Amino acid sequence: MEPIILKYQVDGSDFSMAGEASSSVKKTLKQLGFSPDLIRRVAIAMYEGEINMVIHADGGEATVEISQSGVRIILADHGPGIKDVALAMQEGYSTAPDEVRNLGFGAGMGLPNIKKYSDDLKVETELGVGTTLTIQINT
Amino acid sequence: MKLSKVCELLDAEILCCEEGLDTEVKSACGSDMMSDVLAFVKDQSILLTGLVNPQTVRTAQMMDMKCIVFVRGKRPDEAVVSLAEENGIMVMASAYRMYTACGILYANGLYSEGIDKV
Ligand SMILES: Nc1ncnc2c1ncn2[C@@H]1O[C@H](COP(=O)(O)OP(=O)(O)OP(=O)(O)O)[C@@H](O)[C@H]1O
Ligand SMILES: [Mg+2]
Repeated sequence: MEPIILKYQVDGSDFSMAGEASSSVKKTLKQLGFSPDLIRRVAIAMYEGEINMVIHADGGEATVEISQSGVRIILADHGPGIKDVALAMQEGYSTAPDEVRNLGFGAGMGLPNIKKYSDDLKVETELGVGTTLTIQINT
Repeated sequence: MKLSKVCELLDAEILCCEEGLDTEVKSACGSDMMSDVLAFVKDQSILLTGLVNPQTVRTAQMMDMKCIVFVRGKRPDEAVVSLAEENGIMVMASAYRMYTACGILYANGLYSEGIDKV
């Protein structure tokens, strides 16, 4: 199969729309006949990343590369960046404010969960410039 | 347990995807933290929650869940119900509070299957 590249703008101002991109990717992978296990891993990892872009970074851009061997998800934002990546990767670490917690997020579980479901995770970040997550999930 | 039984036990009103009543489910989970559902839930088919924002539906969708039960009389707005409907996720509303709703299902044999301790 020819690699497929999908691109999405993730709107940071509308929490209710967060997850649109992940939902669309999930549907595409299903149509392409990928295994339920791979689809689930991609859906959860991308959704966590997409939510992070909305609640921590005012949105950004998602690029998804689909090939025979797996799926690569690149989530790029121009948010505040992450000060201490090792700390952010720890379960339970969160800087989310109370209003985010009232929406059901902000337990500090997202990044560790992305790591758990991916075969490779790269976090590139610069304070005041933005963050790019590259998530590789193999079939 | 069939979703029809869940509906009956929780004295719930069906808000969409009534055709799912015959669906058989093996386990359920209850949480108001979608972060925890995404991190700890494995193969649960029902999400009981008191949150009514669209992310409850998105979370259920990512986890391949079949049904959402909004507890303690919470009512999602029309947009949330349509999002669930588009994705074939049955939605019910029950007046029971979270603890009681989970307790009723558990007491009737619907367990959580493997996520009881983290
Ligand atoms: N895209 C991002 N831009 C800036 N900071 C981020 C970004 N993603 C994560 N962070 C920082 O890393 C912390 C941990 O992220 P993680 O996703 O693990 O938890 P959370 O989003 O706070 O809560 P949860 O994912 O459980 O809802 C966040 O609280 C935030 O401080
Ligand atoms: Mg997060």
